[in-house]
Amino acid sequence: MITSRIPSSATPLVFALVDGNSFYCSCERVFNPSLNNQPVIVLSNNDGCAVSRSDEAKALGIKMGDPLHLIKDIVQRNRVRVYSSNYALYGDLSARMMSTLAQFTPEMEVYSIDEAFLSLDGFGERDLNEYAREIRRVVRRDTGIPTAIGIGPTKVLAKVANRVAKKNNRNNGVLNMCSRATQDEVLNVLPVADVWGIGARSAAKLNSVGVHTAKQFRDADLDAMQKLLTIVGRRIVMELRGQSCLALEMIQEDRKQIVSSKSFGRPVYTLAELQEAVANYVTRACEKLRRQDGICHTMSVFVQTNRFKDAPQYYNSGMIKMDMGTASTVRLIAAANRVLEQIFREGIEYKKAGVILSDIRPSASIQFSLFDNQQQHAQDAKVMKVMDAINARMGRNALKVGACGNVSSNEVPAWEMKAKMRTPCYTTRWADLLKVK
Amino acid sequence: MPSSTKKKSAIKPSVRLPFFGCAVSCGFPSPADDYIEKKLDLNEYLIDKPSATFFVRVAGDSMIGVGIYPDDLLIVDRSKEPRNKSIVLAVVNGEFTVKRYICRNSKITLKAENPAYQDIVIVEGMQFEVVGVCTNVIHSLK
Repeated sequence: MITSRIPSSATPLVFALVDGNSFYCSCERVFNPSLNNQPVIVLSNNDGCAVSRSDEAKALGIKMGDPLHLIKDIVQRNRVRVYSSNYALYGDLSARMMSTLAQFTPEMEVYSIDEAFLSLDGFGERDLNEYAREIRRVVRRDTGIPTAIGIGPTKVLAKVANRVAKKNNRNNGVLNMCSRATQDEVLNVLPVADVWGIGARSAAKLNSVGVHTAKQFRDADLDAMQKLLTIVGRRIVMELRGQSCLALEMIQEDRKQIVSSKSFGRPVYTLAELQEAVANYVTRACEKLRRQDGICHTMSVFVQTNRFKDAPQYYNSGMIKMDMGTASTVRLIAAANRVLEQIFREGIEYKKAGVILSDIRPSASIQFSLFDNQQQHAQDAKVMKVMDAINARMGRNALKVGACGNVSSNEVPAWEMKAKMRTPCYTTRWADLLKVK
Repeated sequence: MPSSTKKKSAIKPSVRLPFFGCAVSCGFPSPADDYIEKKLDLNEYLIDKPSATFFVRVAGDSMIGVGIYPDDLLIVDRSKEPRNKSIVLAVVNGEFTVKRYICRNSKITLKAENPAYQDIVIVEGMQFEVVGVCTNVIHSLK
């Protein structure tokens, strides 16, 4: 469901996009101030690529998504501090940042782990800038996270303003693009590829018709742009012109598809190990499915080798349609095992596996056919409810399906991800609290 | 995924439901039923602003004079501005420290509460920041 506001001519709409600067790196700095002014990067799952870079690391030329093994030299020469991602910490600080932001507006859309759109209608221009600076100050004080804020009459312009505020550190991290003069000035030098919603393919199309800057795009013919980029392109042009088409989405839509997949810490060769890993992915996916009170009717399982390695390559996936919609971890693990038996090949070095739950509907919508076992469905739901309740109280994986393996804490299964440089979970585990003298 | 991340927050607002002494409607109602209030929640007592409150573990004995001992749990509120004599969590030259904050004639001193430790006088060129004010200390008697 999308909640939208009805634009009225009396008060013009004002959107602010607040986002955390180099969010994961900033989270690490909150608990380790010796990282301030030092180059810092945080790696993706399995310690693969740089997914967050401090300004100092960006200045060294480290790009988003650079694989660690390709930037080893830069890292060593400049003593870049490298961390594995610590999602427990980032999630907690994100929740704190969002609840701090919520104090400043009645209407807010949490857009990602480190970004939120705030509705700030009804402020005069000077007040607006002052208010934005106050928001930055309080978020920094209460959570330790530095932010940048972009303000505009539409979400697309707020996003542009945020980008420029971050890049230029202009006006202390706040840029207000409500005035036409500022819009002209900023859009004139902004490559069209940097506009929110314009991907590489759309940018190439625009360039081919002579549209290079965001300003050229804004001033282009609406119908021509729609022809080139569909209705989506038309909306972006209108938003750049200051006509709001995209409303705040304050209620998150349920997912239509749930994916759980990861690369393995080291190569996996046997069916048993693959099954154990996939059982754990199914467990995660089913937890998400039940959290949105859904049931799925289709599950895909895939396995693949390391694309970057000079070894026999193999990719395969299999799909299974469930006779009856289900959210039962037990049933879906059993189904995943059947698929894995089909797609497994001996003598292959597996790097990654995953599951995709699709055809998701609300659990209340289930319709039983004549041959469906209603009793079984009710029983499954009950078992899962008990399992979720126990895990909510005793901690994740306190109760799990036997297929997930029985791993003691000092023994890491082959498929477990690498996270060699992960910091403690300072805010979510008693044993991990910061120690101070 | 804000909905799932919110659940990971260390400080969850907890809801306790009162136990009603009178379950059977035909009996004589418990005279206490009119006085049922909510359960006491330590979060409410110790924490003003959950989103700005962090827990840290004490590792040294520099503050034993005010009853802050090694292994105690300190509750730090980042949203509070320090006043003269507040106990604060501060960063000095990249390291965390808990001390008493003394501000006299715009000169800041971090004072230990143990004669074995020297005061830290904040001077130009030092990296210094007050992270938050320590509002409570939890000392286990076990």
